[in-house]
Amino acid sequence: MLIYALKRLGLAVLVAVVVSALAFLLLRASGDVAIALAGEGARSEDIENIRRIYGLDRPLVVQYLDWAAKMARGDFGTSLFFKTDVHALVLDKLPTTALLALFSLIFALAVSLPLGILAALYPNSWIDRLCLALAVIGQALPSFFFALILMIVFAVMLRWLPVSGSNSWAHFVLPTVVLGYYIAPAIMRLVRAGMIEVLASDYVRTARAKGLSSSSVVLKHALRNALVPVVALAAVQLGFLLGGSVVIETVFALDGLGYLAYQSITHKDLPVTQAIVTLLSLIYVGLTLAADLANAWLDPRIRVGSGT
Amino acid sequence: MTDVAAIPVLDLTAASSGALLRRRILAHRGLLIGTGLLTFIVMVALFAPLIAPHDPYAQDLSRRMIPPVWYEKGNWAHLFGTDNLGRDYLSRVLYGSQISLLIGAAVMVISGLIGTALGLAAGFFGGRVDMIVTFIITVRLALPLILVALAVVATVGGSLWVVILVLGLLKWDRFAVVMRAATQQVRVLDYVAAAEAAGASTLRVIVGEVLPNVLPQLVVVATVEAASAILLEATLSFLGLGVQPPLPSWGLMIAEAKTYMFFSFWLIAIPGTALAILVFAVNMVGDGIRDVSAPGGRG
Repeated sequence: MLIYALKRLGLAVLVAVVVSALAFLLLRASGDVAIALAGEGARSEDIENIRRIYGLDRPLVVQYLDWAAKMARGDFGTSLFFKTDVHALVLDKLPTTALLALFSLIFALAVSLPLGILAALYPNSWIDRLCLALAVIGQALPSFFFALILMIVFAVMLRWLPVSGSNSWAHFVLPTVVLGYYIAPAIMRLVRAGMIEVLASDYVRTARAKGLSSSSVVLKHALRNALVPVVALAAVQLGFLLGGSVVIETVFALDGLGYLAYQSITHKDLPVTQAIVTLLSLIYVGLTLAADLANAWLDPRIRVGSGT
Repeated sequence: MTDVAAIPVLDLTAASSGALLRRRILAHRGLLIGTGLLTFIVMVALFAPLIAPHDPYAQDLSRRMIPPVWYEKGNWAHLFGTDNLGRDYLSRVLYGSQISLLIGAAVMVISGLIGTALGLAAGFFGGRVDMIVTFIITVRLALPLILVALAVVATVGGSLWVVILVLGLLKWDRFAVVMRAATQQVRVLDYVAAAEAAGASTLRVIVGEVLPNVLPQLVVVATVEAASAILLEATLSFLGLGVQPPLPSWGLMIAEAKTYMFFSFWLIAIPGTALAILVFAVNMVGDGIRDVSAPGGRG
């Protein structure tokens, strides 16, 4: 287990380094930072000056190492648009997005676990078809359009919830439902498939033969084993939620990291955009690492495995 | 990583004869519905200049925000009404299909070429090549797709071709993952070994023996990716960082109508429904092909 964990950790570090370099290069290569810094209508001497002051005339590798070293120390630079410390800005918005992601995951699990179990217990029943329909609709409906519809129905017509903003818990409800809805089908499918497989297995038959009650068999014996892959998927989905929050937070003007990312992108606020892209990538790397380690711990076959 | 292993791959061992395949296709309701809808939308896109009742760009400020014909104030000159600049909404929706289809097809081709090449190489050669490709996929998956796409489009400047290129260069990951797994399965089969023993060149074995046998999976991923590219373009355009006005992108139309949506819901409902129908059709075709090409039909 230790060897597997170390190997996996080494890979994660390597991925983190490459991803941060890519995030740095991609955004650096796609526009001239000095021009963006100088603002529109700046003279070419000013642009040259800025290039020198900010060290933009150095080789890219040096610039990256400098930037990465500063990031590692928690110095994310200064926002060009908000004129404040990026580190403080990002830390200020992170809790909102983390909460949204957590709520969405809980909502998705609350919907997909019971539905997935029922669909597995009664294949081809109406409940199974309902699950399929939910998945098909979710696949076809753009998330921002779904968000607008919910906004019109629950905020404008019924007046149950606020339209947009982030001042209260009520502001989290609609974004949570939208984001959660988009990850629920994947979890539902996995639960259903896992339950069907496990329910047909020998130890469940044994448990039934021992005369255990049906609910005890389903919930205690079958579900626990069917949940193993769900844990891994949930961790990866959490990373997806952090990325997907850009669209949903922007639609609902929920003041989190995603909305900040959108604002920084539209205002060409490069330090903020870079910090968020890098941060989200690193969170994803961390989550998949955690998921793989959890899986290896739960399922010994992975860590001994074929050595790949 | 987790993602790479989690995607299931079809069993390729059973082959179906032509007649059997035809029967399966005709018996598959989803595939028929999907193909029908998709054909309809492709026809609309191709013949938009002939069927559209008005010029989709012609503004008429004296005829702004006319509701569709099924509303009390609607009229037959504008079946779907007009937008805030007095442009005929039906004509814009019809022309919008061209943009969505072009995005879906072009992104699918670009990302398909990159992903298939990577996946085939990794699955066929294994070893070090596989390690490198898997690493590249892992890195790509760690980058937040929407965020990077938005940032790049914002700095380069939004246009139809920029969106296509950015999405095409970012969205190859699923192609690579599925093609890698499928190739690994085919690689060990007898006919590949036979071709190699017969002295066929590596390229020839890959193109002549491996590729045709992973084609069903390739087609299924291609439909999934086309659908997702269409949705992504709509999302980027909705956020103002995709296709630029006055092009009638469905996502952009929803963005332009957002200010009025509380009073004129149809302004967002019409392009939104068009998007949903197209993506639904593409998904149905993909699901149908997967079911039909899998041994034993629906699993």
